[in-house]
Amino acid sequence: MTGQAGPSRARPLWLAGALGVLAVSMVAGLLGGAADMSPWQVVLQAVDWLPFVRVDSGLTPVEQGLLYELRLPRVLVAAVVGGLLALAGAGYQGVFRNPLADPYLLGAAAGAGLAATFAIVALPAVAGGIPVAAFIGAVGGVLLAYTLGNTAGRSGGTATLVLAGVAVTSFLTAIQTFVQQFKVEELQRIYSWILGDVGGGWDQFWLVLPYAVVAAVLLLLHGRMLDVLSVGDEEAVSLGVAAARVRLVVLLAASLATAAAVAVSGLIGFVGIVVPHVVRRLAGGSYRIVLPLSLLGGAAFLVLADLVARTVLAPAELPIGVVTMFVGAPFFVGVLRMTRRAET
Amino acid sequence: MRPVRTVFAGALLGTLVLAGCGQSSGTTATPAPTTPPSAPAAEGFPVTIEAGNGQVTIDRKPERIVSLSASHTETLFAVGAGPQVIAVDDRSNFPPEAPKTDLSGFKPNVEAIVAKKPDLVVLSDDLDNVVAELGKVGVPVLLEPAATTLDEAYEEIAEIGAATGNKAKADEVVTGMRAAMDKLAAEAPKDKKLTYYHELDQTPYAVTSQTFLGQVYSIFGLTNIADQAPDAAGGYPKLSAEFVAQADPDLIFLADVKCCKQDKAALAKRPGWAGLSAVKNDRVVELDDDIASRWGPRIVDLAETIGAAVAKAGAS
Repeated sequence: MTGQAGPSRARPLWLAGALGVLAVSMVAGLLGGAADMSPWQVVLQAVDWLPFVRVDSGLTPVEQGLLYELRLPRVLVAAVVGGLLALAGAGYQGVFRNPLADPYLLGAAAGAGLAATFAIVALPAVAGGIPVAAFIGAVGGVLLAYTLGNTAGRSGGTATLVLAGVAVTSFLTAIQTFVQQFKVEELQRIYSWILGDVGGGWDQFWLVLPYAVVAAVLLLLHGRMLDVLSVGDEEAVSLGVAAARVRLVVLLAASLATAAAVAVSGLIGFVGIVVPHVVRRLAGGSYRIVLPLSLLGGAAFLVLADLVARTVLAPAELPIGVVTMFVGAPFFVGVLRMTRRAET
Repeated sequence: MRPVRTVFAGALLGTLVLAGCGQSSGTTATPAPTTPPSAPAAEGFPVTIEAGNGQVTIDRKPERIVSLSASHTETLFAVGAGPQVIAVDDRSNFPPEAPKTDLSGFKPNVEAIVAKKPDLVVLSDDLDNVVAELGKVGVPVLLEPAATTLDEAYEEIAEIGAATGNKAKADEVVTGMRAAMDKLAAEAPKDKKLTYYHELDQTPYAVTSQTFLGQVYSIFGLTNIADQAPDAAGGYPKLSAEFVAQADPDLIFLADVKCCKQDKAALAKRPGWAGLSAVKNDRVVELDDDIASRWGPRIVDLAETIGAAVAKAGAS
């Protein structure tokens, strides 16, 4: 985990490369879909959307509408959610100095799932109730895990925190399952939500954007601090870094990012763990490069995963969570194997 | 654990036998007032049914029926077995006089079912091995799985009638249903080549023509937009919202009205769907979620709703 020497010079190159990958994946996401439109027409239409440019794409108003109302916001939501989840994952891994930490390990997903289930069961008439509930639930889940971890173990003990997260997750999931048993008719909706979906349109995008900006800025600003923390708390203190405070800020920002992502998209697993690991293997372990690259890489990954989800069975769709887990789970095992080999 | 369970099962068996004895004295009076032609049918026990759980032989006319399926509850009451039904599951909400209990058809609890002392349990899903478990304690079970065709639905209604000693009434119900469906099919304007989309929930999940529901629609000569989904997506594919928008079906049937508060206004608010011709031309049909998910006698009601919408769309 000592990559601090190199990255400052390679950093602009990596960032430019990641931006390029993201741009390509977003164009691909815009071109592919269940509705049958020629790529060329879609490109022309995209150019037409640019300010001061007018071209005739030849698309019917209905097709223009679905491109603008459905596909474009979908690509953007996928990018924001993927970026947030990967960034949060990198943040958690930095705080806990544990490469297996991810946004869902600390009770965020379970809290969001429970709260969303309550919302689906108890207030089905309230429009927009599910994202708000999921948001509160995700923050609540993390706070519960954090409080329990702090009171159960020594203050700042990261292993205790992760274990508390596991316990909180199990407990909240149990309550959620219990609630589901009473509302069998809502199982389909709860199930759909758990598997994730980024197709909510512009409303979802505007809903998530402010939280995304705040969380991303906070996390990106703490890259250097996380690098210092990675050498150990005592060294960090001797270098004038308030370890506990940095940890709390990063934890809150990462939880905010997770909660915002979960609120608009449901539960999409493995992005938070897969992407930071790829980044670390490619570009080194400094958080000054891992954080921004995770943001861009996560965005590109989820845009492509969503493209697969909506084209592989078109006009039917796969839930996006199925796609990310299908790729993520084998990858996770691979990471475990490689980490083991490096240790021995 | 084992000895406790055996003792318990023994105790249950004991109560069952006792209950059975208590009943035989009471049954003689009830079938008597029926008209002479149907009386021999009621006496036609033992009866053997070819059900989903193999050949089921019922020795006596059941007097304590438990239904764990909303569809079968509707059928039981329609064929005149209502007075014999002592308990139905928590999702059986029709007819209103059905003795609704907290029994779950989704997560069946064998002990709770046996506690009702049934002499026949009717269900549509063998969840958690419930058929075998009930068999162990000697309760006759009739498993009639979800119908996949209209003929299967008719057959199940007839079988439930025969199993409960209401064969004549059941045959009458089926004959009436067939006649009503044939009439609706004959009246449907088939030259219009109308397309439709049937929505199960707003995610949006649809049904294909391969499903039971799809077959009900097909008697009206409608084309299902969901049929373009590959077989791998199953009979209930999650469709892409942009595909539905581009396909622009002539008719949209919503089966997520009660569950999910969907209606024409909600459709118009979905991204990219405001311009759908079904929304603009008032061709969004709000179905009763329950009727649109069961394969009992109320299929005719569903077909009539569809028929009326098709006639309206075909006329203009």
